[in-house]
Amino acid sequence: MTLIRQLRPALVIFGLLSLLTGFLYPLSMTAISSVLMPNKAAGSLIHDGKRTVGSVLIGQNFTQSRYFHGRPSATIGADPADPTKSVPTPYNAAASMASNASPTSKALVERVAAALTQVRAENPEAVAADWPIPMDLVTTSASGLDPDISPQAAFFQVKRIARVRNIPEETVRQLVEHMITHPLMGWLGEPHVNVLELNMALDALHR
Amino acid sequence: MLFHGWVTIMAFFICVVAMTRPLGGFLKRVLEGEQHVLGRIIGPVERGIYRAAGIQEDREQSWSQYAIAVIVFKVICFIAVYTLLRFQGVLPLNPNGMRGVAPDLAYNTAISFVTNTNWQSYAGETTMSHLSQMLGLTVQNFVSAAAGIAIAAAVIRGFTRRSAASIGNFWADLVRTTLYVLLPICVVLALLFVLEGVPQTLLGSVTASTLEGTRQTIALGPVASQEAIKMLGTNGGGFFNVNSAHPFENPNALTNFVQMLAIFALGAGLTNMFGRMVGRERQGWAIFSAMAALFLVGTVVTYWSEAHANPLLHALGIDPSLGNMEGKETRFGIVGSALFATVTTDASCGAVNAMHESFLPLGGMVPLVNMMLGEVIFGGVGSGLYGFLLFAIIAVFMAGLMVGRTPEYLGKKIEAREIKMTMLAVLCLPLVMLGFTALAVVVPSGLSALSTSGPHGFTEALYAYTSAAANNGSAFAGLTANPFWNVTLGIAMMVGRFFVIIPVLAIAGAMAAKKTAAPTPGTFPTDTGLFIALVTGVILIVGGLTFLPALALGPIVEHLAMLRGTLF
Repeated sequence: MTLIRQLRPALVIFGLLSLLTGFLYPLSMTAISSVLMPNKAAGSLIHDGKRTVGSVLIGQNFTQSRYFHGRPSATIGADPADPTKSVPTPYNAAASMASNASPTSKALVERVAAALTQVRAENPEAVAADWPIPMDLVTTSASGLDPDISPQAAFFQVKRIARVRNIPEETVRQLVEHMITHPLMGWLGEPHVNVLELNMALDALHR
Repeated sequence: MLFHGWVTIMAFFICVVAMTRPLGGFLKRVLEGEQHVLGRIIGPVERGIYRAAGIQEDREQSWSQYAIAVIVFKVICFIAVYTLLRFQGVLPLNPNGMRGVAPDLAYNTAISFVTNTNWQSYAGETTMSHLSQMLGLTVQNFVSAAAGIAIAAAVIRGFTRRSAASIGNFWADLVRTTLYVLLPICVVLALLFVLEGVPQTLLGSVTASTLEGTRQTIALGPVASQEAIKMLGTNGGGFFNVNSAHPFENPNALTNFVQMLAIFALGAGLTNMFGRMVGRERQGWAIFSAMAALFLVGTVVTYWSEAHANPLLHALGIDPSLGNMEGKETRFGIVGSALFATVTTDASCGAVNAMHESFLPLGGMVPLVNMMLGEVIFGGVGSGLYGFLLFAIIAVFMAGLMVGRTPEYLGKKIEAREIKMTMLAVLCLPLVMLGFTALAVVVPSGLSALSTSGPHGFTEALYAYTSAAANNGSAFAGLTANPFWNVTLGIAMMVGRFFVIIPVLAIAGAMAAKKTAAPTPGTFPTDTGLFIALVTGVILIVGGLTFLPALALGPIVEHLAMLRGTLF
């Protein structure tokens, strides 16, 4: 019987290939990378003395006016008051999530309109100067953890930062300019600014 | 649409073309059991596996023995993954204390990974233990891809042999592909990914104290090793919920580019392997050209669509210049997201770096159409090629009807039995895709899972069954899968895999048994522009005519509604 004869090779080959691809391969990759690239293998974490500030690759939920803000985030988390319920928890890096909003849904248009009102209220100087509001600053990212914003979105917030921190606008503008990651070889990728790194550089200005 | 976007698309395509020949040559050496560099290093492992399994690798199987071997192997894989997921709570390597997976979800996930679909009804970082990710899912990423390539090789052998009774040995094809093709490339890819910032650790989550002084828990794990095979094997099951949109899975534009290349690499290489095995590389390039044409058209349409801002948001007074950024990552932007969406649905990968559900209606329709065409635009590793060969058979059959000659492909007469088998495979997919969609939009348990109403809700359901039956695995991810969906999607995935594999192996067996006729002046050549145009037309007509009514109810009507400013 073909079926029975195939059972032994099937079982043995499944077992050995599992060992190879499910244990040896990931474990050896872990071992090699922890020796050669320990920081990256551990998640590119940023430390400040004993404290872990975060990961350079993972966005944080900036709400204070003295910091540059990232993009809206659609992640949710357990309600601290009632763990059986979920509440919006922006930049929850334990559970990545997108809005998955339909382009023609009321929910999307209402949410973006609310984000727009908030961005306008937070940046009166930019609104007064009639600067266009960049799309990424009012739409949620795919991961809910987007660490970056477009250069336009960073420049849009410069006047606010300068006012709140009481430093010259030109200094902040130059800092943003300096922090832009340009496309590789001039074409691969989009110009962007890492918000956490930008805010850390901002804090460093005062030291 | 910007200049650097076109440069990116062209650079990507040039890289795919450049990879095709070297990979095709190597794949042929491996699958024909010829000498190659890696054989000298890893050869003892290969022979050790055969000894332990008690098989002789050069003892070949008939098509039915080959098919039985495939099925026995798949059943064992299914049982192993299902059991592992159910019991992960009490097994080791579970630093975040994940509980056992519910029965319907474990069933859905096991089928999903065994069939190379990698539909994810779960969120990786909140459901799976590290052990499940490694020993369950990563293993299936390897062996389901290797099985696909093995079957493609067997089918090609059917076309190249004369009056033969066998089409190869499944176990040898499976082991060789895993050892010599998938594993070595994955080692290189995984280390490159770590170098670019993808984590690879067995530790659990880290808690950070952010710049503003709040707490942020960051999920980590052995991501890079899974990421490599997820792309190379066109699997697409992400470590994290948001897949390749997560900065840990895909940290920058370079990793994004490499991931897209990895998705197409083996699918493109297999067209060249096909050409080499049938003794004329041009036959492979003909297939490549038809695939490339469909790929380029899809890419341009998606890029064009997504480069426009959503008119409903533009109307609020937002600057439209960045395009449709809802559900996209800043570092990839429009071109990096649109190209990825096209590539991942051309190949049956299903990894996503942007949310297809939030694409504008026509931009989201391209991924849907790519899957409806049967995942033959480079396609899943192996499955793309044997799927394409079915359309090639239909194309020569039609050409034969037009001139009144018995159709031939590669010197093999195409007769009633082959056409019946081809039609069985080609018709099963739409039946499952459209049939289940129709069911889901009338029963309450189907409707309750949809995240939105109106045409977009319909598209969400259609996308889900299309993705499952085509073994893609991407989603309009607003869908909240409940037991109804988990069970029906599981069935769709099985039909999509096995109702193609078995007929296609039967065709291979029939082809191997036939004599090969020498080409005459009346033979329809299958390595010319005419054939490329004909087969492309067949793919579009079979896909287009079958699905046009459904597309009209979904994305097309939604596009018109959007232009009129209608909200749902």
